[in-house]
Amino acid sequence: MTCPFRDLWPLRGGGEITRLGDVDALDLARWQFAVTTLYHFIFVPITIGLSALVAVLQTVWLRTGKSEYLRATKFFGKLFLINFAMGVVTGIVQEFQFGMNWSNYSRFVGDIFGAPLAIEGLLAFFLESTFLGLWMFGWERLPRRVHLACIWLVAIGTQLSAYFILAANAWMQHPVGYRINAERGRAELTDFVAVLTNSTALVAYAHTFMACFVTAGAFMLAVAGWHLRRRNQPEVFRPALRLAGWVVLVAGLGVVVTGDLQARVMTDQQPMKMAAAEALYSTTDGASFSLFTVGSLDGHEELFSIRVPKLLSLMATTSPDGRVEGVDNLQAAYAAQLGPGDYRPLIPVTYWSFRLMIGFGVLAMLVAALTLWHARRERPRLARWVWPAAIWAVALPLLANSTGWIFTEMGRQPWTVFGVLKTADSVSPEVGVADVALSLGVFTVLYGILAVIELLLMVRYVRAGAPEEEQRPAEDGVDRPLAFAY
Amino acid sequence: MQLTTVWFGLIAILWCGYFLLEGFDFGVGVLLPVIGRTERQRRVLINTIGPVWDGNEVWLVVAGGATFAAFPEWYATLFSGFYLPLLLILLALIVRGVAFEYRGKVDSAAWRRRWDIGIFVGSAVPAFLWGVAFGNIVRGVRLDADHEYVGSFVDLLNPYALLGGITTLALFTLHGAVFLALKTDGEVRARAGALAVRLGLAALLVAGGFLSWTQWMRTDLTGAVLSAAAAASLAGGVGAAKLRREGWAFVGTAAAIVLATVALFATLFPEVLPSTVAAANSLTVHNASATPYTLKIMTWVAAFCTPVVLAYQGWTYWVFRRRLRVEDIPQAAAEPAGGQTEAAVRQPGL
Ligand code: HDD
Ligand code: HEM
Ligand code: HEM
Repeated sequence: MTCPFRDLWPLRGGGEITRLGDVDALDLARWQFAVTTLYHFIFVPITIGLSALVAVLQTVWLRTGKSEYLRATKFFGKLFLINFAMGVVTGIVQEFQFGMNWSNYSRFVGDIFGAPLAIEGLLAFFLESTFLGLWMFGWERLPRRVHLACIWLVAIGTQLSAYFILAANAWMQHPVGYRINAERGRAELTDFVAVLTNSTALVAYAHTFMACFVTAGAFMLAVAGWHLRRRNQPEVFRPALRLAGWVVLVAGLGVVVTGDLQARVMTDQQPMKMAAAEALYSTTDGASFSLFTVGSLDGHEELFSIRVPKLLSLMATTSPDGRVEGVDNLQAAYAAQLGPGDYRPLIPVTYWSFRLMIGFGVLAMLVAALTLWHARRERPRLARWVWPAAIWAVALPLLANSTGWIFTEMGRQPWTVFGVLKTADSVSPEVGVADVALSLGVFTVLYGILAVIELLLMVRYVRAGAPEEEQRPAEDGVDRPLAFAY
Repeated sequence: MQLTTVWFGLIAILWCGYFLLEGFDFGVGVLLPVIGRTERQRRVLINTIGPVWDGNEVWLVVAGGATFAAFPEWYATLFSGFYLPLLLILLALIVRGVAFEYRGKVDSAAWRRRWDIGIFVGSAVPAFLWGVAFGNIVRGVRLDADHEYVGSFVDLLNPYALLGGITTLALFTLHGAVFLALKTDGEVRARAGALAVRLGLAALLVAGGFLSWTQWMRTDLTGAVLSAAAAASLAGGVGAAKLRREGWAFVGTAAAIVLATVALFATLFPEVLPSTVAAANSLTVHNASATPYTLKIMTWVAAFCTPVVLAYQGWTYWVFRRRLRVEDIPQAAAEPAGGQTEAAVRQPGL
């Protein structure tokens, strides 16, 4: 029942985890976290980006009175709602999961980690859900400006929620403002402001903010491209295409700039992650960055690679000749400092996820630029490849987001809280492998089914197009019955 | 007053808010197949909670987050210990949330029927399991010296906790019926009102039984007084429903739910999760709590945010205060949400 090491900080638990063949509850809990969080984060960036874009469209409509913008607002608003529903229901799982699968983690960090989570709910989720209900059902009930304010408040709510959850996550990457209480075997908060202004949180928020707009922009671009390819409702979808294309380009640039900042902060705080990102085994001055490598990444042998000289040093240190520490050197240093153990993440995963994130993102920007350029006037090549490219590019930022998170989280391994708490010591000690297998199984199946349903609905509503000229919503809060919806 | 006591109280308030608000939307979901005989009637039922159910559910998210922040040990033990019931609750809430949003989005009776089943099951299962969970919390569970739950899933299904589950299911269904009588008109209103009276008697019986059993198990003066007040409010609410005073009936069931929840928390205090293995293993507000520093920050945040949240959630109910009538639902009942035109979604080839 009791782990022999449980009095030795920070090891705790791991007592009676039964195994199922080669798999234990820890492996499954990690898989479950990865599956449910990556799934949640398909919908999250679309919600964050699209709520603001819909708010912009509605604002333009109110300012100009042009009905195309009202139609675009309603059309994209509908797609937003379909997406939002999935974001909400998958989010609740996240909130519960810490306690269910990671109870030792929750005990250990709750004093610090719980606060941003609770504040997120109190400050952000109430705002989002309440004002979304008002927006959705309030078209005919609220004065126009109040109704517009509702969608803006939703957008602000999504930003607040992103900030607080990223601050919580950043604390795991770079713990600050805490001390260890050895007697109670937990970390305790000493400076909340430090947690909220953690440099890691600031750069991660900036980077994720930009990534969300790349994602939502690419989504809007694909939808508009689909209709323009069929010459449907150009009066609605041309302005939408232009807005979306520019959003992808500008936010894409933002992603690169903030990603570069993040890389530097990361090199400073988690040098092992940077070394693992490049599979750089020995400390090097003026390190190059490989775009592509064939070889045994873990066997230290390289058969073929395309390299950009000095780029890694530039990214990590701002100087082309700067020193980047290598995996082997860091491993030796950690082992000397923290005791024997393996302090390396899975190098092939970190190596490829980092490259793919950047690659997918840059590709999305390229497609957006090409689409904007070619869509200036009707040309045959539009139909042949530009529109299909714009449509399929919707997947690129989603993939970049997933690979980005896989990199961030896997690169931190073997730690859940970097340098403080190991993943192996975070798991719920009394939750058996069968329980986790069951929940992982049902979540995976349910999420799979929901993905199909959501995709079919999206396609259906994209195809339906924007509503035709419709009567405008009542001028001022006329109390009409609640006839539509659901 | 100590901050740990304040936070115990705040968490009790969050659960009260959750049960009071989500209670009636669970009830509406359970009653969907009973009161909603036609598609248009079902639409009326769902529209009564359409703008608010998500906001109501956030009370749960915040209750969970606040427990994590203020009593990390409690959160960790409870959520890992009650693993399978929570898993079922999560699955139910997922299906239910998606069902509300998606049922009206395809014009097909079979499609809607499937989501209606989702709404019914997704409402009934958590309405029942929350009672089971709270029954077990008050009764105590097998906690070892590390505050880990060492019982099994079957241990959670003891008669007392199951009666707790039936109690919440009955109370929420009643609360939903009373809410529907208050928010609708015509046939739906009449049916909901009549049902409320019958449900009320059943709820009075099981809730009375559950609260008496609680007091017999863990006698607590405050808890007993609050339980009696809850029963009285419930009786008053049912009486008002009989007299067709719908507003008062709603006040009665709302007060009953709040008072019963407070009674459970008062009975529990200062423990938060008693151990049936040894009293020393019990989690209390002292050994489960976060540091005073964290509690202080959280108190400030709660003091500023809660009134604002209450104000805008209250405003939502004001905006959507009108009764809904079947006549307001268009004949082509499947028209999708948000005012999109019929023609637009009914394009050929969809
Ligand atoms: C950068 C943004 C971001 C990240 C990293 C996460 N989320 Fe999330 N979450 C959102 C941004 C968001 C959001 C945009 O605010 C959502 C999506 C749809 C929505 O309603 O809000 C949301 C919904 C959402 C909900 C439902 C709220 C409701 O009922 O309205 C919960 C409980 C969580 N999330 C909890 C989490 C947890 C515990 C996470 C960490 C593992 C997490 N989220 C990662
Ligand atoms: C910002 C809020 C987040 C928090 C608080 C958080 C926290 C955690 C925790 C507690 C674990 C489990 C312990 C571990 O395995 O290290 C974990 C692992 C993981 N998370 Fe995150 N995470 C967050 C966001 C995300 C997002 C948005 C994604 C992806 C979209 C993600 C992807 C992963 C993956 C893939 C793992 C598994 C890594 C592994 O176990 O090897 N995380 N994270
Ligand atoms: C040149 C381009 C980019 C660079 C240099 C870059 C850099 C980084 C770095 C260093 C991290 C890890 C931070 C850490 O673990 O501490 C990261 C994470 C991440 N990236 Fe990027 N990135 C780029 C492009 C993109 C694009 C195009 C997207 C999506 C559209 C994206 C989405 C993400 C996400 C979602 C995360 C995880 C969340 C976070 O830690 O902020 N990135 N990126």
